[in-house]
Amino acid sequence: MNLYEALRMAANGLLANRTRSALTMLGILIGVTAVILLVAVGNGASVQINNQVQSLGANVIYVYPANARGSGGVSQGFGTAQSLTQADVDALNSKQQDPDVVAAIPIAQSGGQITFGNQNYFAPTTGTTPDFPQVRDYQLAEGSFFTADDVTARHRVVVLGQTVVDNLFGSTDPVGQTIKISRQSFRVIGVFAQKGGSGLGSQDNVVVAPITAVWAYLTGARGKVISQIVASASSASTVTQAETEITTILLDRHQISDPTQADFQLQSQQDILNQATSISTALTLVLGAIAGISLVVGGIGIMNIMLVTVTERTREIGIRKAIGARRRDILTQFLIEAMVLSGLGGALGIAVGALLAQEAPKISALATSGFPTPVVSPTSVVLAFGVSVAIGLFFGIYPANRAARLHPIEALRYE
Amino acid sequence: MITLEGVTKTYRMGRIEVPALQGIDLHVGRGDFVAIMGASGSGKSTLMNIIGCLDVPTSGRYILDDTDVAKLGDDQLARIRNRKIGFVFQSYNLIPRTTALHNVEMPLVYAGEGGRTARAREALSAVGLADRVNHQPTELSGGQQQRAAIARALVTNPAILLADEPTGNLDTDSSVEIMRLLSRLNTEQSRTIVLITHEQDIAHFASRVVELRDGRIVRDERTAA
Repeated sequence: MNLYEALRMAANGLLANRTRSALTMLGILIGVTAVILLVAVGNGASVQINNQVQSLGANVIYVYPANARGSGGVSQGFGTAQSLTQADVDALNSKQQDPDVVAAIPIAQSGGQITFGNQNYFAPTTGTTPDFPQVRDYQLAEGSFFTADDVTARHRVVVLGQTVVDNLFGSTDPVGQTIKISRQSFRVIGVFAQKGGSGLGSQDNVVVAPITAVWAYLTGARGKVISQIVASASSASTVTQAETEITTILLDRHQISDPTQADFQLQSQQDILNQATSISTALTLVLGAIAGISLVVGGIGIMNIMLVTVTERTREIGIRKAIGARRRDILTQFLIEAMVLSGLGGALGIAVGALLAQEAPKISALATSGFPTPVVSPTSVVLAFGVSVAIGLFFGIYPANRAARLHPIEALRYE
Repeated sequence: MITLEGVTKTYRMGRIEVPALQGIDLHVGRGDFVAIMGASGSGKSTLMNIIGCLDVPTSGRYILDDTDVAKLGDDQLARIRNRKIGFVFQSYNLIPRTTALHNVEMPLVYAGEGGRTARAREALSAVGLADRVNHQPTELSGGQQQRAAIARALVTNPAILLADEPTGNLDTDSSVEIMRLLSRLNTEQSRTIVLITHEQDIAHFASRVVELRDGRIVRDERTAA
């Protein structure tokens, strides 16, 4: 018996009971649709998170002060020590011991009310040095970034992110205007190009000023605090070496011999990316597993219907055996019938799932809520189809085997 | 062609053993047309199942075309049924929702042989159903269904045609028509036919009558046909 004959027999059997076949297929269809769609949403979330993390700047390494320890060794929390200094930044920029670090910038953060005319808005102000756009991968849309002279002279100039511009200026050209941050006047000299990414701390909601000006006019009593140093490695592949070099330099400068006692911590873009990836992978797996349950339910539906079919067609099985069908022929016939049911259901489920994934972003309610755009991966399509055919095979074996083992005389006598 | 030697068959119904055949010796030669007769319970169905290789004897030997069938396994029996035996049943037993042509092709499918459609059409023409090849069983009369079943039995060119009460569900006219067809196959094509019936007038078409009672042969005589 060749495949063509087997498929023709299966089609015959399935067409004999169209409603029943369609309903059984629907079980698998819904299961596969759920798998495709939920995995696509999970993948979409992954892509979204990755894009956001990537938009923080490629090859970036963050250096934070470690948790300060009180006299009893009690941790006072992340970043509470004030262990980073401008001298540390200068040492990292010297490039003698750290050839893989392209540039390092100090960051001083200050929150504050920003006003322009009668508009006001709240955004964190970042004090830093002229290498900021290079290290954090920002492009200027308008105007220019501040220079080393601005830093030395503590000029009160700022460069704004798009979100801040949108909220304060409306249609007015911001460059050349004067805004007030915590009642101190600053002149806008440039605007960053949109970086994209939403949620998770938008990269466009920034106000950047010379670090000296931030220290002098905004952080006030807290003094010349550097809350983090941001360094960029020459490429993604040198990030690990750059991290080692930074650690060596800082341990040396802070005169710490035991690395476990370091008063600073490093985190690379890659670390953040790895964390984000492992979270989103887990999310995708959980979603896929939930959807997988419905596939199993669909499979049980197939088994149920195949058992009914075998019982109903006992006499036919007897006839086939009488005219020379071997066990294997009967087994193949019913297995193929089950697999055609599940495979067809699976193929339709993939089509429906892919269609829904494609149409979902067009629903405006979803688009505006930041719901991730589903990404249907070829792997999930191949896997879902393979799994649905395998489910037909698995849940078809028992009924098919039952059919194959029927005794021809008893089967022929069956009414 | 067919030789049975001391064939017995005992069924077990719970604890009780029911002897259905108690030592059958029978030889059917090539071109014979044998009617096996007997009341219900005489063992003729059991004998037909054994001759048809649907069942194996409890003891004794059954030689079909030089093969001792008694010792074969399920798949080998299926192969023998496919190649050497053509079944015609009382209730036709065509596969539902399947055209006459596909029904007749079926044994060839299981035999894995080629030229199926042509051979099936030929077999259907031989029984006078050339114009009904694409009809499903429900679209055929009883007599036509039985002729399609005979075509299916003949399509593999088997050693014997085994007909179990082939006219049991048919009216008199159709019965005569079917029996004439079988007679013709016997006389014109020298088909070996084993016919099981309990009707005397149907048995008259055969050239030899074997009568069973309580699992034993009580009469075996040639009739002047």
